[in-house]
Amino acid sequence: MASTPSGVNRFYLLVGVLVLGGAGTLGYLVTRPKAVSIPANVTVLAADTAGFRGYILGADSAKLEVSEWADFQCPACQSFETLQFGVVRRQLIETGQVRWRYRDFPLDQPHHQTRLAAHSAACAEEQGRYWEQHRLIYQQQATWAGNSAAEGILRDLARQAGLDLAKYDACMRSAKYAGRIQASLAEGMKLGVNSTPTFLIGGRLYPGALSSDSIKALVRSQLAKPGA
Amino acid sequence: MIYRRGVALLALAGLFLSTYLYLYKLGFIGTLACGSGGCETVQLSPQSRFLGLEVASIGVGGYAVLLLLALLALHSRFSGASWPVQWLAGLSGIAVLFTVYLTYLELYVIHAICRFCVGSAAIIAGLFTLTLLELRRTRTRPA
Repeated sequence: MASTPSGVNRFYLLVGVLVLGGAGTLGYLVTRPKAVSIPANVTVLAADTAGFRGYILGADSAKLEVSEWADFQCPACQSFETLQFGVVRRQLIETGQVRWRYRDFPLDQPHHQTRLAAHSAACAEEQGRYWEQHRLIYQQQATWAGNSAAEGILRDLARQAGLDLAKYDACMRSAKYAGRIQASLAEGMKLGVNSTPTFLIGGRLYPGALSSDSIKALVRSQLAKPGA
Repeated sequence: MIYRRGVALLALAGLFLSTYLYLYKLGFIGTLACGSGGCETVQLSPQSRFLGLEVASIGVGGYAVLLLLALLALHSRFSGASWPVQWLAGLSGIAVLFTVYLTYLELYVIHAICRFCVGSAAIIAGLFTLTLLELRRTRTRPA
């Protein structure tokens, strides 16, 4: 089985060619444009919103609506979602007193991946699992925010939320909800929102991560008003 | 020599595969070409680190060493020597045991399967088998 020196040299040559080919392939994978890019400041078309005005949780018959303007990458929003929103959900939304409306308010500086997360949640909504993905994105904020592998991490969260990944991937690549996210931001700015989270309760804006007790008190005062 | 060449080619394949996964961990590659989604789950799990090191980086280092040893074993100066093959057998044996441990983690701790990890397991199993065959050949060769 002994090889001639020229045979070994030919093999070394083959290895060299394979190394170059492999290095070239890896180089291409590193330098190619990333599959997903959610543009900011896009021109909003009527079709982008098509009547869409936020993600709603709660009964249509609820006496009061609360809007939350938030950014998936904002730590205060994460704090509100993980520490306070559970109580709000159980005591105000599930009891039929309040209808919750979540609006994207992406603060691109310094949250460079916030639109990616907002779009990921929008793609989950397409499959009827918006709130599952919303919760996971906030719960796992520390793992994806500021991480250059955020796209893959959000995809894994989509898998955990039970999404069809083929549909999710197609949705993310299309960036089809970039206009909707931009429209939500524009509407918030028009209302006077300038930080996140900001809550709109009874026609008044309340900036900052309110406690569930504060929200309950505000809701009760609104519901106690004559005609409420 | 055919076994030694096979070992070199498998080590090269493993080196590319683990480099791809390590580049993903470093954030240079957006998503892994893994249809099931299990690859991200495995690569982003706490078990993707071992003794403070990324498992993918251990793969890069391990396959690089195996490749260098295999190329050395092919060199005319060492073609009759058995020590490079003995080293290859020892190191690839350790790699097989490590792969068994990682596969256990995938199946029973992470509950997700990464196709690339399955690929690496197949590569290391093939590499170990070829190394054992070469070791037997060098030992039975007439003096």
